[in-house]
Amino acid sequence: MTMTAVWLKVDEQRFVPSLQDAGGKLDSVEDEVVLDFSSVLRIDPSAIRAMEEFATIADDKGVKIVLRGVSTSIYKVLKLVKLASRFAFTD
Amino acid sequence: MITNEKVQEKLQIPPTKECLSEERIAYLDRLVGQARTAAYVFTQFTQEDVDRIVKSMVLSGLEQAQHLARLAVEETKLGVMEDKVIKNMVATEFAYNYIKDKRTVGIIREIPERNLVEIAEPIGVIFAMTPITNPTSTVLFKCVIAIKTRNAVIFSPHPNAWRCSSEAVRIMYESALKHGAPEGVFSCLDLHTLQDNAYLMRHKDVSLIDATGGTGAVRAAYSSGKPALGVGPGNTPVYLEKTADLNTAVVDIIVSKTFDNGTICASEQTVVIDDEIYDLVLKKFGELGAHICNEKETELLVRTVIDPKTGFMQPLAVGQNASDIARFAGLSVKPSTKLLIAQIYGVGREHPLSVEKLFPLLSVYRAKSVDEAFRVCVDLNHAGGLGHTAVIFSKNEEVICKFGEVMNAGRIIVNSPGSVGAVGGVYNDLVPTFSFGCGTGGGNSTTDNINIYHYLNIKRLARRTQTHMWFRVPNQIYFNMNAVENVRQFPSRSTIIVTNSTLEHIGAVDLVRRYIPEETHVHVSVIPDAEPEFKVIMQGVEALNFYKADQIIALGGGSVIDAAKIMKLKYQSPEADLEELAMPFLDLRKRVVEYPTAKAIRVRLIAISTTSGTGSEVTPFAVLTDKERGRKVTLADYSLSPDVAIVDPQFVLSMPKGLTADTGIDCLTHALEAGVSSYASAYTDANAMQAIRLVFKYLPIAYEHPHDEEARSMMHNAACIAGLAFSNASVGVNHALAHAFGARFGVAHGRANALMLPHVITYNASVPVKFLPSPYQKGYVAHKKYATIADLLGLGGHGTAEKVTSLVAAIEQLLDQLGFPRSIAELGISKEEFERGMPDLTRLAFDDPSWRSNPRMPLMDELVELFWKAYKGRGQEKVASASQYQDA
Repeated sequence: MTMTAVWLKVDEQRFVPSLQDAGGKLDSVEDEVVLDFSSVLRIDPSAIRAMEEFATIADDKGVKIVLRGVSTSIYKVLKLVKLASRFAFTD
Repeated sequence: MITNEKVQEKLQIPPTKECLSEERIAYLDRLVGQARTAAYVFTQFTQEDVDRIVKSMVLSGLEQAQHLARLAVEETKLGVMEDKVIKNMVATEFAYNYIKDKRTVGIIREIPERNLVEIAEPIGVIFAMTPITNPTSTVLFKCVIAIKTRNAVIFSPHPNAWRCSSEAVRIMYESALKHGAPEGVFSCLDLHTLQDNAYLMRHKDVSLIDATGGTGAVRAAYSSGKPALGVGPGNTPVYLEKTADLNTAVVDIIVSKTFDNGTICASEQTVVIDDEIYDLVLKKFGELGAHICNEKETELLVRTVIDPKTGFMQPLAVGQNASDIARFAGLSVKPSTKLLIAQIYGVGREHPLSVEKLFPLLSVYRAKSVDEAFRVCVDLNHAGGLGHTAVIFSKNEEVICKFGEVMNAGRIIVNSPGSVGAVGGVYNDLVPTFSFGCGTGGGNSTTDNINIYHYLNIKRLARRTQTHMWFRVPNQIYFNMNAVENVRQFPSRSTIIVTNSTLEHIGAVDLVRRYIPEETHVHVSVIPDAEPEFKVIMQGVEALNFYKADQIIALGGGSVIDAAKIMKLKYQSPEADLEELAMPFLDLRKRVVEYPTAKAIRVRLIAISTTSGTGSEVTPFAVLTDKERGRKVTLADYSLSPDVAIVDPQFVLSMPKGLTADTGIDCLTHALEAGVSSYASAYTDANAMQAIRLVFKYLPIAYEHPHDEEARSMMHNAACIAGLAFSNASVGVNHALAHAFGARFGVAHGRANALMLPHVITYNASVPVKFLPSPYQKGYVAHKKYATIADLLGLGGHGTAEKVTSLVAAIEQLLDQLGFPRSIAELGISKEEFERGMPDLTRLAFDDPSWRSNPRMPLMDELVELFWKAYKGRGQEKVASASQYQDA
């Protein structure tokens, strides 16, 4: 069965595994994946690497990634590491 | 192998012969990438986070201080292990003590009185070069301040100190990581080349270079095109002046010069000693373990420790102890010798020991006088140590301060050791550091001791300030019929009445004299009835001096009162340069030229106005005619304001119709311009609006019925009230145009104002092509204020534009009623003549300070357009449609 959107909550304590799980679900997604960042207060270098990889897989599969509830400080980090342009953002 | 072009492309520098392998570039890029990510991740950290990490790092540094010191000495073979322990502890403990309570995240300082807030922003990736002389302490210090400021650092240690420096980086990194710092926050280049440094210095993701090291490294950093902190070489001169506490001085110098075998670049190099104490000082040095070299020993030392080709110190001597250096040179000294001392007789290549010597060899110079000592210290300062450090031992404050003025050094250490003193926080309150900024003398951008604030971009949040405004008026204003009687209450020994011949002829002077106390000597100075010239002013000043006047009564219109104001100024302050005082300014409170304050002579100025327009009896302005240059000079300062104003309508009852109209419209222009001025306030508005109301009601009556006392009285008051308004809100472009036109074509001021007025209102009421910065106003309000005036006058109209149109129409109607010409052309000035005068007109109008408070900034083309509109005449104005304004 084809889904048009997937909603996934990202757990700060299990950030990398969460994203890896999400990556595994990209095959079954047609349009977009919404990653809920509302409980993520801070990201570290390993999280950035995981997001970079996730964005690459999503690009390959033509899936749009929407980040929801990203804090300003995390958005600033994503902007600085030039990852922000690879995601869409929503409140 | 990657191509040279590719490297150059990455480096963004002109091609060089050197190139790096692809693997090497990948390695360097990886280091920078990790540091970059760490730095960006670090931006999320709070003050509490970084303070926790810093504390743990400092504790690790202290714990490992001895281990690192031992490693450093073993590897570099320089310095003293025990001293290096101290250095490591200063680099951590002292640095921590200074920074622990300082905010470096988010808001770091609030300055409420200036409405400023400072916010810290990390730099990002810092590329740090560290020296062989302080290889571990410098690393510890940079790590601590980098974490405190949320930056990542890539270290490039001196190749001969790589093991100990990289160990210091490892210790700091592990401690930082353990307490939550981002992975990759510190890294250390493996054994590297100058090309690696060059590549990293120009890397796009490196934000700042902090180069503590040799001259070459510092120069490379500064020439990289990146922001850089670099520490230049030192050549610290010490002046040991005869009043100094010699015991303290000698011990301090030994402590400093022998500390870590003299490897701190701020350590003493040459001591310039006053002749009177020279022998005693050397004796004391000798008693405390220094070896005083004779001529032959000095020569042997020079051969050993100075490179004859370059004139610089030999690297083999750096950081060695005194007895070893003596041994290298073939000198026989006691094994316990702490310091070698050699006399020099000058500074420069002929005096080899006058250069920097990073080992315990001190040169000394015998100075015959303070001046000679200063000269030698300056020479030493310029012989390789500009901007770095200088030291003085003295109890003579004058000498100490003079030394501070003369030396070009970021740190001038007084009565304490140079090296340990310059590091800061030990002997003084300098900021603790291991990097000394040397200012432009050393090719640096700062003379500061480098610390946390140099690792931050400090952002300033500047809130709009509520600028102080003012409402300044003369102390005393007497008005209504017979107000002149109040003259009697002012005692005076000698009074000069400044007036014109007409007023004297019609008995106005006699009327005033009647109220001057009998004991007062009164003299009358009659001046021409025209805007005053400098010659006339100076004649008046002569009279004031001759009669030793203590009071001036200015009886007349604007010209007479203005003349009296300037006479008072020149009488009280003969040095006042009117040309200079008339210089243009943008803001009265920030003007460059200040008016003199009266010193020896003080004179009271009582202004009795005999026309109803200029308001000069209460204003701080005076206009002088410069006939030679065909211009008017406007002086403006509250010190020009009369002390007393008398507004007595009996002096205007016989004013001719033309003068009534001219001065009345001048008054109206003052009030209208003050009303829309960018300096307008609620205080000035109150006066401006009242004056406008009075003019509209009473000017036509005073014009048609000159003997109507009420109309005359109200117009006389209106002029004074408008004067109070524009004394504080100033005027606008109407006056700038009228001054220029009046001066160029000899047209009376009020008449010139009238010709411009409808056009200026329409101009100010439209959306400006160029806004004038105005901290006093919120938004553009000129059109709304004109509309308010229209409402006040009951002119009707719906919406702002209609109301402004009504106001313009009402003014045009008033001007017609008063018989004013409708255009400049009507004055008989030909179009050609006017066109010829246009360059002068616009230049004069633009130079006139009056428009500075106009609500919109007049552009040159707009001035030309306004002049031409005035030339063609009124009745052509169309106010912009209401849609251009926001009425709300």
